[in-house]
Amino acid sequence: MEYMTSLFSVALLASAIRVTMPILLASLGAVHAERGGVVNIGLEGIMIMGTFFGAVGAYAFDTRFPSLAQTWPNLAPLAGVLAAVAAGLLFGLIHALVTITFRVDQIISGVALNLLAGGLARFLNILLFEKATQSPGVRGFTPIDIPLLRDLPALRPLVTGVSPMIITGVVLVAVSQWVLRRTRFGLRLRAVGEYPLAADTLGVNVYHLRYAGVLLSGALAGMAGAYLAIEQARLYFEGMTQGRGFIALAAMIFGNWWPVGALGASALFGYFDALSLRVVRLPVPYQFINVLPHIVTILVLAGFVRRARMPAADGVPYTKEEE
Amino acid sequence: MSDLFIELQGITKRFPGVVANDRVDLTVHRGEIHAIVGENGAGKSTLMRVLYGLYQPDEGTIAVKGHAVTIESPRRALELGIGMVHQHFMLIPVFTVAENVILGSEPVWGFGRLRMREAQQRVAELCRQYGFVLDPTAEVGSLSVGEQQRVEIIKVLYRGAELLILDEPTAVLVPQEVDELFNNLRQLVAQGKTVIFISHKLDEVLAISDQITVLRRGRVVGTVPAAGTTKAQLAEMMVGRPVLVELAHPPVEPGPVRLDVRQVRVPGRGTRPAVRDVSFAVGAGEIYGIAGVEGNGQTELVEALVGLRRITGGQLLIDGRDVTHATARAIRLMGVAHIPEDRHRRGIALPMAVWENMILGHHTREEFTHGALLNRPGIRGFVRRRVGDYDIRVADVEAPVLALSGGNQQKVVVAREFSFAPQVLVAAQPTRGLDIGATEFVMRQLLAARSSGMAVLLVSANLEEILSLSDRVGVMYGGALVAEFARGEVSAAELGLYMTGAGRTGEARAG
Repeated sequence: MEYMTSLFSVALLASAIRVTMPILLASLGAVHAERGGVVNIGLEGIMIMGTFFGAVGAYAFDTRFPSLAQTWPNLAPLAGVLAAVAAGLLFGLIHALVTITFRVDQIISGVALNLLAGGLARFLNILLFEKATQSPGVRGFTPIDIPLLRDLPALRPLVTGVSPMIITGVVLVAVSQWVLRRTRFGLRLRAVGEYPLAADTLGVNVYHLRYAGVLLSGALAGMAGAYLAIEQARLYFEGMTQGRGFIALAAMIFGNWWPVGALGASALFGYFDALSLRVVRLPVPYQFINVLPHIVTILVLAGFVRRARMPAADGVPYTKEEE
Repeated sequence: MSDLFIELQGITKRFPGVVANDRVDLTVHRGEIHAIVGENGAGKSTLMRVLYGLYQPDEGTIAVKGHAVTIESPRRALELGIGMVHQHFMLIPVFTVAENVILGSEPVWGFGRLRMREAQQRVAELCRQYGFVLDPTAEVGSLSVGEQQRVEIIKVLYRGAELLILDEPTAVLVPQEVDELFNNLRQLVAQGKTVIFISHKLDEVLAISDQITVLRRGRVVGTVPAAGTTKAQLAEMMVGRPVLVELAHPPVEPGPVRLDVRQVRVPGRGTRPAVRDVSFAVGAGEIYGIAGVEGNGQTELVEALVGLRRITGGQLLIDGRDVTHATARAIRLMGVAHIPEDRHRRGIALPMAVWENMILGHHTREEFTHGALLNRPGIRGFVRRRVGDYDIRVADVEAPVLALSGGNQQKVVVAREFSFAPQVLVAAQPTRGLDIGATEFVMRQLLAARSSGMAVLLVSANLEEILSLSDRVGVMYGGALVAEFARGEVSAAELGLYMTGAGRTGEARAG
């Protein structure tokens, strides 16, 4: 019975929120790409780049500007996040160029990004750190206590020592949802993902909007990687993304291509992830628990996807009718 | 009426190998409904694309309200007050009416925040002004085709168009919706708008237009006032020779039942069946027409009858044999020919050669094979005969079938399906997208099939075609056969009522 109550302990929830974050950020990215009509299966690769450049950025800032990093301890991790976002943008740009401008199959381009990222991270790691699979340790952001809520004892594990990136992530969900639903950019992005020809005839630039969607997905997936390296592991090591980029795609589908839905779905996956990390003593071998997040992913995709309604032109390259 | 709006002079537009518009002159006055008619390929669409800024003319001048202009883009056309309602709706089904209308020229606050309330009010205002019935907050995908067309018109009006170009607007509408569209158009004209109406349905053109310009092979044959012009005159101008507007429908004594459909049920997407307990029988020498708005189960019914879709209830008999669960191949071998509604997906393989398409599905017949190999000389002889019989305009039967015009592609399908002595013909939308000449050809072939003792099932959204060819007519609505009439028992308008589910179901002799 003891482990039954621990299934819902506040500490477990806090841990769940932490492991939710990288999935959530990447799946937010996926939402933007696919709402614009571009499937970005390269999220996993972009996340790998994010983990690597997140660590490199934070490490480089620390060693290059030790005095600054000493005075403002948040600057080094911030540099890491920015480096990761920049790398994500670069990979997003490659994907956009290849799939939107040159209309290469989006899946093939995504797979290529995933392969490229794995090799590139290892190569650069050897180049920079003279080791194949691991970077030196880096510093994370200074954790924050959430005012008012921190005085409630029951919630303490949830609201104290929170990473600023978690708060940023939650804010990004709300902002993305608002942008997609209520702004001109969101309306046009969705139009381009539903029926690009219709948008085109009304003077909406299909290519620009699709680029914007894919670049956003790159930036967010890069940030997701940075979170893993800087906030969770405090270093980069090979294979640390563990397929979360793909789980993020599942979360996007389960969340019906909306940011708020992606939050819910990511949280579900995050919860089982956290469970598999925390539950060690059970009547069943722990490997069963370890595969839980993946089983949940498969069940969700098999069972709920039929209800989901993807953007009608998702994955379909757009060719402007030529005279 | 003397107020000049558009004046095109000597417009010539060439494409590689064709002159789509050859020195076309066109004058449109403010406040008139000006129809442009012509067969497919006559250059109607090209001319309108020139006017809407999608194409640049190679020669000729355009004047709008007396000023010479160059229309380099649709944006420029809209600035000049010229708007286009496309034949294929450019609407996003998951967006609301208001969202569809404002897309591309959205009213916004800071940060690009949409002024949605204002947009909805603006749309409602436009609807009131022109007597359109539309809810700005409704999702477009839930609207009827007629309503969607109104959204398209509002879209153009929202952008300030004074001249509306409507490209084949009635092709997708049932008679009631056509009436409503015409009321809307009259309302627009009454308030000072001008309409260019592209069509090849001559009855409608005569009913709604003030002036009619006829194009043939890129040239203007003439411009005539609608008043005092007859359908036969227009048809002759279009085709260049007298056309039989009415086809002879000689009485044929129906023979034994060939196609017997008993309480057939076909599953649809989701839980609702696409075809609900449909029963009818077609005898030899009979054409049974099925009318209905698209999406009411006709497609699924046809696919079930030819073995492409699973039947989950009832029975299907061909020549008395139960083929409810037979494969498409088995059904085909029993002499069932099929002219599919989407010829590109089901009828032909576009990149394959004409001769390959001609024998597709029959390529294992003895006369086409030498053991495991194809018998090329035998095939060539067969294909050459068919190309001649059906007057298929093709330079080389080795050419891919996609090089043919739509009418000739359909002739390839018809030629193949009519070969090998079929007993039952299932024809779905056989004249879709064909011009008058090709339509007449296909309709004649259907009547010839009937005379030769075939049982013909004709599924069509074109009521004129259904009424002029069928011996009996059934109406499908919501997956069920809701009414059945004998020839001459029902008018197009009445059929239209049943097609929208508004018919007197109590009196209907449903199957």
